[in-house]
Amino acid sequence: MAAEPVLPLVEEPGTNRVKSAMVQNIVPILFGLLCLTGVLAAQIPFPFLINEVVTRLARNLFLVLSLIIPVVAGMGLNFGIVIGAMCGQISLIIVENAEWAGIDALLIAALISLPLSLLFGFLTGLLMNQAKGREMITGMILAFFANGIYQLLFLLMAGPLIPLRNEKILLPTGVGLRNTIDLVGTKHQLDELVRVGVPFMGLKLFFPIITFVVIALLCFGLRWYLNTRSGHGLRAVGQDMHVAEIAGIHVNRSRIRAIILSTMLGGIGHVIWLHSIGTMNTYQSHEQVGPYAIAALLVGGATVARATIWHAILGTFLFHTLFIVSPLAGQTLLGSAQIGEYFREFVSYAVIGVTLALHAWKTARA
Amino acid sequence: MTWAVDLIKGLGITRGIILLFLVGLWILATLATSLPLTGLFADCLIRTGMNGVLVLALVPAVRAGVGLNFGIPLGIVCGLFGMVTLMDMNIRGYSSLFGAMVLGGGIGALAGFLYARLLERVKGQEMMVGIYVGFAAVAGASIYWLVAPVKNPELVWPLGGAGLRNTLVLADYYSQYLDKLGAIPFGTGYIPTGLLAFWLGMCGLLALFLKTKMGTALTAAGANERFAEASGINVTRMRTIGVILSTVLGAIGIVIYSQSYGFVQLYKGPLLMAFPTVAALLIGGATVRNATITHVIIGTFLFQSVLTTSLPVVNEIVAKGGSEFGNIPEIARLIISNGIILYALTRKESA
Repeated sequence: MAAEPVLPLVEEPGTNRVKSAMVQNIVPILFGLLCLTGVLAAQIPFPFLINEVVTRLARNLFLVLSLIIPVVAGMGLNFGIVIGAMCGQISLIIVENAEWAGIDALLIAALISLPLSLLFGFLTGLLMNQAKGREMITGMILAFFANGIYQLLFLLMAGPLIPLRNEKILLPTGVGLRNTIDLVGTKHQLDELVRVGVPFMGLKLFFPIITFVVIALLCFGLRWYLNTRSGHGLRAVGQDMHVAEIAGIHVNRSRIRAIILSTMLGGIGHVIWLHSIGTMNTYQSHEQVGPYAIAALLVGGATVARATIWHAILGTFLFHTLFIVSPLAGQTLLGSAQIGEYFREFVSYAVIGVTLALHAWKTARA
Repeated sequence: MTWAVDLIKGLGITRGIILLFLVGLWILATLATSLPLTGLFADCLIRTGMNGVLVLALVPAVRAGVGLNFGIPLGIVCGLFGMVTLMDMNIRGYSSLFGAMVLGGGIGALAGFLYARLLERVKGQEMMVGIYVGFAAVAGASIYWLVAPVKNPELVWPLGGAGLRNTLVLADYYSQYLDKLGAIPFGTGYIPTGLLAFWLGMCGLLALFLKTKMGTALTAAGANERFAEASGINVTRMRTIGVILSTVLGAIGIVIYSQSYGFVQLYKGPLLMAFPTVAALLIGGATVRNATITHVIIGTFLFQSVLTTSLPVVNEIVAKGGSEFGNIPEIARLIISNGIILYALTRKESA
């Protein structure tokens, strides 16, 4: 995938510069306006809104951040993040089966997910090297495919073949996992480790401090990594594979490394996401995370070829604000919360579609 | 085992594997179950005809060089609109069936034109953009289903009195009209003559079109863009025609599908329909760059037969235990269809 052409910002005089900044950030600007309209229309109490947004930021940011490395490596949006999410989910199933509880159980879940996502990330990377130029669609179809295997394992084999014995997570027949599993042991463990309540406008605002500390650590970690030798190598591969090859960088190996890292981070991110929700939709949770995390990143102004930590933070904030307000706005504006739901869905698909189209358009013109 | 390897090579690896799988299933059905084979085979034919036009709809796009048209839900949504509109006008029978095709196809042509304009701008990423065009079309249509000004109480959500139902029953309109047209009893089932005739007729029409001057130009544009341009073919126009044809056929395809199924599924119904459709074409031996009518016929039959046969066979053999085995065909569909698409995407010669 070719790199995005760098716009000559310096040469243009003042007004044009504002204009080009507007054009470059058109997606977050439009989305911000949409959110603002939604917030005004929904007429929800402000502290409630803030509480919801903070919860959702803590819940989703890790996942969204895990998408950045493959973008830098020129592999586009990693739809294969779903594979990482599955690994996270499997490790939570193991923890729940053993009925471990507490913050250490959550930590164990995160640790178990790592070797799994290392292996499956490696395989994903191998596959994507076979499909250069169409990594995104390959990742997406791979996620569907893996979902089939996942269902085969946990719907038909869990119990008789896979030694999961806990009746609380198995279906009454003893074969297959339940559709929803209550995460008794790990629910909210990290969020509530240190939870600060601040009184605000008659309500209390809650901040899951440790979750945000973990996210901040990841942000610094990403920044550090992208400035190491290995990180620079990824950047070079992302700019131009042929040049990187000539410069002596192992292109295929770098790309596999990018996908492995993204998958591993995605696994941990999904563990955080699920622990914050508290229940696991055994056969659906992992499927939802991919498109929503990607839409969130894009809403922040990221493109297929460029994504930063700030894009992730801004995008998660905007996307989830819309998530909260759109059913309520639909209710007050059009008399139906369902319309708001479908509108939100339409927007999240359209955002990904339009961003992909814009990117393809730019590369086709360049 | 060399003869088996040779056989698979001759057939092409995807076709070969699925064919072996199907034959295995049939042998299993004969030896290990008491299922009536004739009924099973008749069901396979019905399912083939049901999905056939949708699979056929992919061909013009591949031929014109746009690749696998994952945006087929756009056409499907147009067809649904046609059906819903005529049902709301209380038109029943054949006039409703063909009216829905004409109206849906007409809107599909318009939508296809706009879709083609978009695809022209995103050359190289058509498939990825197509997936999201399809998703957005389904989500956008869902908003329309909720607010559509329908009056027919058979269509409107019983609670609240506004918005269309999730599933509309076609029994009083044109449920299985084509299936039953000239149907030939065959063991415990029947052969859906009308349905198959309509599908094969559509296949024939498309084959004829591809033989015309415009059809050959379209194929040339898809095969080698530069060469076609040099010989005076307007490549953009050909690609547009391919995409429009594909979308129109998608609209007609869902009408056929629904009349055979007996129900119209709105809202999220068509969201993931593109993937099994594409898989069927690939199983028939098509690639990202080449697809023929033969691929459609073989692929639809093989894929749908595997799906149709696996449920009763699996149920008969293992499912004394519980209901969860009902999921096997769904899981098989996920694994087979996406596995096949992955294989096509990662093949070197298709790049």
